[in-house]
Amino acid sequence: MREVHIVGIGQTKVGEHWERSLRDLGVDAISAALKDANVEHVDALYVGNMLSGELAAQQHLGTLLADWAGLGNIEAVKVEAADASGAAAVRMGYLAVASGMQDLVLVCGVEKTTDADAEIANAAWSSGTDAEYEASQGLSMPAIAGLLMRRYMHEFGVQREDFAPLAVNAHAHGANNPYAMFRRPISAKAYARAGMVADPISMFDAAPLCDGAAAVVLCPGERASEFATKSVRIRASSMATDRLALHSRRDPLFLPAAHLSAQKAYLQAGVGPGDIDLFELHDAFTVMAALSLEACGFAERGKAVQLAQEGEISLQGRIPICTMGGLKARGHPIGATGVYQIVELVTQLRAEAGANQIDCHLGMAQSIGGSGATAVTHILEA
Amino acid sequence: MNIPRYWRTEKTRYGLIGETCRACGEAIFPPRDVCPHCTEAKQDVHPFRGKGQVYSFSTVYDAPASYTEYQPYTVALIKLDEGPLVTAQLTDIDNEDVRVGMPVEMVTRKIKEEGENGMIVYGYKFRPVLEEVKR
Repeated sequence: MREVHIVGIGQTKVGEHWERSLRDLGVDAISAALKDANVEHVDALYVGNMLSGELAAQQHLGTLLADWAGLGNIEAVKVEAADASGAAAVRMGYLAVASGMQDLVLVCGVEKTTDADAEIANAAWSSGTDAEYEASQGLSMPAIAGLLMRRYMHEFGVQREDFAPLAVNAHAHGANNPYAMFRRPISAKAYARAGMVADPISMFDAAPLCDGAAAVVLCPGERASEFATKSVRIRASSMATDRLALHSRRDPLFLPAAHLSAQKAYLQAGVGPGDIDLFELHDAFTVMAALSLEACGFAERGKAVQLAQEGEISLQGRIPICTMGGLKARGHPIGATGVYQIVELVTQLRAEAGANQIDCHLGMAQSIGGSGATAVTHILEA
Repeated sequence: MNIPRYWRTEKTRYGLIGETCRACGEAIFPPRDVCPHCTEAKQDVHPFRGKGQVYSFSTVYDAPASYTEYQPYTVALIKLDEGPLVTAQLTDIDNEDVRVGMPVEMVTRKIKEEGENGMIVYGYKFRPVLEEVKR
């Protein structure tokens, strides 16, 4: 297998893009990534997206974006794994380059949710659960997260307010990210007062659905020096799955997919959690951030909220998370999110993160689909 | 979901009909062709008793399409006496009275109406176990 490097990144601002369509956003991110890498031609395009079929009645997204971005008659395909679609597309791009089947590969994550009414987008998002036995009972994604959070509070003896530092941390970091949807810090007091979406999940526990696109250019290690950008190496790429429905898992508060994909990534990179300088995780809900930290070995079971309370997840902490705002403040354009995480890691590893820059050499990203049924983990090295 | 999908899952939804695995003995809900515990493909039909406890719950204020008219409503994971967890709405109880560990039993209720001319979907919900009247 060949080494794989990232030599170009691009992203749109995350938010409500009333004047830009799904394809416009995808092309914007692709163009930015090609410009960053200073290339015009690539060999393949992998597109991460979850809901274009449900919300835009548009499938065949690989070809659509290759066509509209002017990429020629290249191999192009959409990859879908619910919220982890973007990260799964990065992994497909990684496999294509590592195997030697492709040389220069573009990966683009794109999502457009605001063209649909909020409850339609909410229902579409829940299609990543078991449609016949979870969504069909009236469960939204926040409701499923609510089941996890309530059980977490019950089993580990913590209060709703104990989750506040996870949201406060993400918003503090998002304030300095020009691409983030929310640029204002929030207080623990505001968290405590927030309106309920799916009790105990409040507005400040849940990441917003929104629009956005991000892209990366991958190349084999031996060609990385051809590019002017400081290349970042993908040290590990791994993916694991679990039972689709929350009710089918033996222990809903342990995420085996997240644990296994992290363990495989640590093994591939020859590192452990203590070597990771920053961690972009799946904070679609505060409780998911806690479960991801625990599954990946950054906190004992039931202790992630304490880690957050002790300030260890801040830019100066032991394991900074959501360094550009995370899903909570940057926003969660579902199928694009996994690519945003990679773009943000590269930004940090190139030392281009501005006010949020941390001293880093190894960064990890973990994207989770649904309530933990898919997990994709990448470790990147400066 | 569309009509054939409801029709195919009718027994499961109306009668809480699941399976027990002939190989490992585990109770399985919802029914599936391959046992999620031992991966054997030999199961017997098993009607669940419909009794269990609230394992966790969440009250939905921001419902997905076609459920908005019922909000706020409480959804739960129910730990059935036979073992499996099942995802369902709670009924016949005020949202603020729900507690983890509360004994509940299955009842058949309307889940939703699919528009004025669409079908009315019925299925299982769970309510607090009614206390016997002492004479």
